Amino acid sequence: MEPILNVTNLTMNFGGLKALDSVNISVEKGQIAALIGPNGAGKTTFFNCITGIYPPSEGLVEITPPGRPTQKLNGLKTNYVTERGLARTFQNIRLFEGMTVLENVMIGRHCRLKSGILKAMIRPSSQREEEKKAINDSYEILEKIGLDQYVNEMAVNLPYGAQRRLEIARALATNPFLLLLDEPAAGMNPQETKELDELIVWLRDNEDLSILLIEHDMKLVMSLSDNIHVVDYGKKIAEGTPEEVKSNPEVVKAYLGDDSEDA
Amino acid sequence: MVTKKEIKQSFFIGLWFMVLTFPIMVIKVNTIKHIVIFRWSNLFWVGIVGFFASLVWNYFLRMKEEKKKADTKDDIPLIHRLLQNERFRIPFLTALAVFFLIYPFVFPMYHTSIMISALVYVMLGLGLNIVVGLAGLLDLGYVAFYAVGAYTYALLNLHFGISFWFVLPISAVFGFIAGTMLGYPVLRLKGDYLAIVTLGFGEIIRIVLENWDDFSNGPRGIGNIPAPSFFGHQFGQHNSVIYIYFIVTALVLMTIFFVGRLENSRIGRAWIALRDDEIACQAMGIDKFKTKLTAFALGATWASIGGVVFAAKTSFINPMSFTIWESITILCVVVIGGMGSAIGVIAGALVLILLPEYLRAVAEYRMLVFGALQVIVMVFKPEGLIQGVRKIYKFKKVKE
Repeated sequence: MEPILNVTNLTMNFGGLKALDSVNISVEKGQIAALIGPNGAGKTTFFNCITGIYPPSEGLVEITPPGRPTQKLNGLKTNYVTERGLARTFQNIRLFEGMTVLENVMIGRHCRLKSGILKAMIRPSSQREEEKKAINDSYEILEKIGLDQYVNEMAVNLPYGAQRRLEIARALATNPFLLLLDEPAAGMNPQETKELDELIVWLRDNEDLSILLIEHDMKLVMSLSDNIHVVDYGKKIAEGTPEEVKSNPEVVKAYLGDDSEDA
Repeated sequence: MVTKKEIKQSFFIGLWFMVLTFPIMVIKVNTIKHIVIFRWSNLFWVGIVGFFASLVWNYFLRMKEEKKKADTKDDIPLIHRLLQNERFRIPFLTALAVFFLIYPFVFPMYHTSIMISALVYVMLGLGLNIVVGLAGLLDLGYVAFYAVGAYTYALLNLHFGISFWFVLPISAVFGFIAGTMLGYPVLRLKGDYLAIVTLGFGEIIRIVLENWDDFSNGPRGIGNIPAPSFFGHQFGQHNSVIYIYFIVTALVLMTIFFVGRLENSRIGRAWIALRDDEIACQAMGIDKFKTKLTAFALGATWASIGGVVFAAKTSFINPMSFTIWESITILCVVVIGGMGSAIGVIAGALVLILLPEYLRAVAEYRMLVFGALQVIVMVFKPEGLIQGVRKIYKFKKVKE
């Protein structure tokens, strides 16, 4: 299988601090990959670097959208990264609080729509068609995610689990081929986590998506992932299937500490 | 019920007011006869009024808290419910239309004249609402674009004799360009920094107009700006005011129409998203810079159109009409009316501009009353007079 995301030697310096140090990660088409590591290991920084929120200090980020040639993402602004098919969610929920659930999803459609200022004011038929389609598409996405009963609610009034799912719905609306989920299960109860697990698998199987997720819930990570990457102190320390990673001494050391150093 | 604690608190507030107002309410110096009069009875009245005002104030604050606790989430302002209800919408809008139609014929010219000012502020408010209310960019130099419009008309008319109707679209374009030009370097900043820099820009425009004598005639300003003509026919002074009144009403309707459409379009949604969360907004594929710039430029467009009307109405402009105070007033219209709410901004403009005029009845206290009212609105309705509501989309499949 050909990788759709290929990150080589990604380094991110914040002043003297190396938040990421020559990290290599690749995600293949149709894969659910996980990025794990202790707190402060640089996982979210990794997401921020590939989505253009921080420009990486060194290294190469390349994507190969299905059926299209390989492109370099380094130095692109966040919105162009999204336009090229990488959509993400956030660790701490970042919904648009002043808008309804449907409008939140419609924002995701933004970069796939074209109407400009004049069209918005005059509303020719092309704009009306586009708008109608955007509304219907967004509603369909909400149906898929199971949020259609909240359509006209304000996003901020949703229950916590539903807000997390709305973030995923909003990301889906940008038509991505790779979905980056930053701790999607954080703060969820076991029931919600189970539903999330099903949703992620369903997305991969039915929406032709590949998924890269950051997660602390090990049960979820182990049951979901095809491939796991482990980072610690900005360095990648292991990669492999859930079984391989579980038995890797480096990983155990990173999570539980090293006995020999205590002495 | 009034609690013991509240009475005690009010008592001290009364005392505090007595101390605070002592110099102005009690001491009176007669500079001619060189005597000082102590009006001790005033002190007593200040104490009494302070005490009861504090009681009433506390009572309303408590009512507000209790209402908030019992709050059902969807607390839609009355006017939105009126407009959403099919049965009331048509009669309500008809009544409104009739009122504005007969207004200049029923009321004396003075009232028509202040209504024109108020309606110009409705336009300015709706324009600034795009920038501050929807896109969340605090712009304290908005008056600069108002000046651009006014001077566009004054200068084009002075040098080339171009009439009002031709200047109107030209000024809109000039406003848009000015908004883009000023916005381009400024919009990298956000929040307080943006506010300070726009404030500076607003002042720069005014100072340039004041000092560039050859261009703008300096502080002497430009006079004899003609009122708009009606297919070449120039009205007399009285009819001209009525004519301008109808022009402004039409322009306000146009503004409401277009701004409403913008708000519920791809661009309007992007503005709100940008206001709510900049990073998430970019991660959803919205170009932050472009979106901010369109908000800034469109806001400037309406300020500029408003400026043309202002120049045509007063027939004389000078830089003193475009001070920072003007920017603040427009910002007050938006904030007190309700940020991001078109109806709120309209109400805000009418209240804020008309009220000081009608308050002339209380003569020298009018600005005091006016200020107090502003404070009261902000304490009891911090979201503004009329809060905005988002559009409800209907789907066949949605269960009721």
